[in-house]
Amino acid sequence: MKSFKWLAPTLYILFLMLPIYWLVTMSFKTTNEILGGFSLWPQEFTIANYVTIFTDPSWYIGYLNSITYVTINTIISVSVALPAAYAFSRYRFLGDKHLFFWLLTNRMAPPAVFALPFFQLYSAVGLFDTPIAVALAHALFNVPLAVWILEGFMSGVPKELDETAFIDGYSFWRFFIKIFIPTIAAGIGVAMFFCFMFSWVELLLAKTLTSVDAKPIAAIMTKTASTSGYELGLLAAAGTLTIIPGAFVIWFVRHNIAKGFALGRV
Amino acid sequence: MSEKTTNQKAWLLVAPVVILVAFNALIPLMTVVNYSVQETFGDNVFFWEGMKWFEDVLHSERFHASLLRQLSFTGIILAIEVPLGVAIALTMPKKGPWVSVCLVLMALPLLIPWNVVGAMWNIFALPDIGLLGKMINGLGIDYNFTQQPMAAWFTTILMDVWHWTSLVVLLAYAGLCSIPDAYYQAARIDGASRWAVFRFIQLPKMKRVLTIAVLLRFMDSFMIYTEPFVLTGGGPGNTTTFLSIDLVKIALGQFDLGPAAAMSLIYFLIILLLSWIFYTLMMRNEEQ
Repeated sequence: MKSFKWLAPTLYILFLMLPIYWLVTMSFKTTNEILGGFSLWPQEFTIANYVTIFTDPSWYIGYLNSITYVTINTIISVSVALPAAYAFSRYRFLGDKHLFFWLLTNRMAPPAVFALPFFQLYSAVGLFDTPIAVALAHALFNVPLAVWILEGFMSGVPKELDETAFIDGYSFWRFFIKIFIPTIAAGIGVAMFFCFMFSWVELLLAKTLTSVDAKPIAAIMTKTASTSGYELGLLAAAGTLTIIPGAFVIWFVRHNIAKGFALGRV
Repeated sequence: MSEKTTNQKAWLLVAPVVILVAFNALIPLMTVVNYSVQETFGDNVFFWEGMKWFEDVLHSERFHASLLRQLSFTGIILAIEVPLGVAIALTMPKKGPWVSVCLVLMALPLLIPWNVVGAMWNIFALPDIGLLGKMINGLGIDYNFTQQPMAAWFTTILMDVWHWTSLVVLLAYAGLCSIPDAYYQAARIDGASRWAVFRFIQLPKMKRVLTIAVLLRFMDSFMIYTEPFVLTGGGPGNTTTFLSIDLVKIALGQFDLGPAAAMSLIYFLIILLLSWIFYTLMMRNEEQ
């Protein structure tokens, strides 16, 4: 029994890798080969699809747009969530439990419900089709999540740390920046990872709030797929490239990732 | 854990979050409420309609059908993903070089943009050029998810299991890692069976993280839009049109703002109600 224990995770990972393998394989095939027949491996290996993406601005601009709003969102979400999470983990104040639940309800709001009102709101304030609009809209679900994760990590830090620092004459903000933030660095890394993740994968709001200048790569993909016929090879190459940033950031948080998914509370 | 102190100044620390989220949540929500009680023929001319749209939606067969599809979908994926996730977490290595490899590979599907997930599964499952479609047809089963409702459901569920089971695995794994070795040694001395170890040591330790897993999976699967939309477009017919897909069809496709807004509010309330039940249960566990 014990010696076969590795079998279940291995089979599961194989299952996870199969569709990704198919996507990557397809990205190295020519469109003719994809539509012409079935092959497990590219018969005429080509990198033309990738060349198109990296040389055509209407393609690669999409990556820059996506990375721009994801970065802005991550910075905004984590910096406003830090003091709030501290307040929730250390103090009791009027309406704290209700406020926390209200924040969480925004994580439960279906993006489909908010798509049209967001479009009107951000058009009205003149931010439509800018990365800032998408970054702020994604804050709707990322800020509550960041507060939740950080609060979990902060509650694991003993309160004596704060008390000792205040006795030693630290002001609140000096303590917060010099001592507290380094102490929960792992938690901040995890919160940033999650903000990155949910902003990177979301498309409905990102697509609704942009038209030309700030269009995310994922939206450019859908459009190309429907207008210029069936360029599956190109679509597959663009898809493959969207996996890389994700794989890259997972590597950085791999030691804390499991704890992070548990929102810092295990 | 030490006690929290009462301090009303803590509101100052929370203020930025409240302002940001309020801007994003309250203004759009009021827009939706506004539409839900009025009729418009364009040009910003509105007529008061009262509760009419809400009654229409609550009595419409179309809404009932989407809601039923949504509940079945969420129920099925929870029933598959939670036990499967726990089972895989139990068999994962606890230490050694393979842990990082497993975690990174398993987390990979979670970081792929949702429309890429849909597109990837589309080309993976197409019966003529997809690997999965070819394999199933090669087994002698007639499979075409663009035409057969059963095949479309099967593919959508398989895609969701592929996409999200890892979340449950990671959560359950985090719970298992927090169990001290001493517990297992004690169980071994007592001669406890494998099942007893699971039932009385591992399961109680995972209770908390599993509640989070169920809550997150419930919310996200109830809001699912992009992946099934890209995979099947809600078809064949309406067979995989879940609530969000139907809502976007009504709001942005037909531009029936009143009914769409009323449906949005009912939809949101259903999620809130069910999540509130989960949340209360979770907090009760924590207090114990």
